[in-house]
Amino acid sequence: MVYDDTFSITVNGEHRRVPKGISIAELALELGLEPTRVAVERNLEIVPRSTLADVKVEDGDDYEIVTFVGGG
Amino acid sequence: MDDSWSVAGRRFESRLIVGTGKYRDFAQNAAAVEASGAQIVTVAVRRVNISDPKQPVLMDFIDPRKVTYLPNTAGCFTAEEAIRTLRLAREAGGWTLVKLEVLGEAKTLYPDMVETLRATEILAREGFEPMVYCADDPIAAKRLEDAGAVAIMPLGAPIGSGLGLQNEVMVRIMVEQAKVPVLVDAGVGTASDAAVAMELGCTGVLMNTAIAEAKDPVLMARAMKLAVESGRLAYRAGRMGKRRYADPSSPLAGLI
Repeated sequence: MVYDDTFSITVNGEHRRVPKGISIAELALELGLEPTRVAVERNLEIVPRSTLADVKVEDGDDYEIVTFVGGG
Repeated sequence: MDDSWSVAGRRFESRLIVGTGKYRDFAQNAAAVEASGAQIVTVAVRRVNISDPKQPVLMDFIDPRKVTYLPNTAGCFTAEEAIRTLRLAREAGGWTLVKLEVLGEAKTLYPDMVETLRATEILAREGFEPMVYCADDPIAAKRLEDAGAVAIMPLGAPIGSGLGLQNEVMVRIMVEQAKVPVLVDAGVGTASDAAVAMELGCTGVLMNTAIAEAKDPVLMARAMKLAVESGRLAYRAGRMGKRRYADPSSPLAGLI
């Protein structure tokens, strides 16, 4: 167990460490994503886009971040 | 004259809906959409590319403010997966008009109608307007309509097969009985297949592979546009009756 200023989370199945206290919008930006083009699911619950800046990332969170891609 | 159609209160002139999968690149995809005249494109919902977030994305090439994005649930094999996908799609795009498909198994990509019906009911309750990929089964189609499907979309042949309509009789019966638009979704291989679907009275046709896997997708997109328009005109014109033997076109009277 590492005790530092980071949280351990999962994003799209990949483990990551992120600074404590960041919001989901900040997480998206840290990942290089445009928050207005993605949808976020946190621990199987959808996070409304309007609240991405308000919801804080918690230790152990599991995120799915999706967007639109080509498909039939 | 106006021959537009509407689904869930939205009006469209083009009766061709095209997919955005399997293209060489986004530029080719965008050019094909342009050539097809389609006003609706299907899109898939997938995980963002975290390892390389600066890669170009579909929305850079096909503007969702100009072309209606119809999020699909391709690749979902249960009602729960499909519903989860569409809830995310609604959050990502804000759209309630969606394409539902719940597949039964991977080899045929044939729809699982029990799961499809269950998902339709739940989605309709949650305020979605699902256009539903379904079997060529008029009774199942009726159930879907009752459950809240805003369009019925039977396959003409397996997805991506390009075999053309294998079920003209069933599709025609579905067209006759439906109170919502019926669009053939899947199975079209070439322009004449699209025309056949339209001549049966379908409201429209949805296709992806027939355009994307043509040697020249942009040219095929144009061919499909014309085929859908031709088929539609022929349906409206009302075709001649079929005869078992010849009937001369030149008068018999005055023959020398």
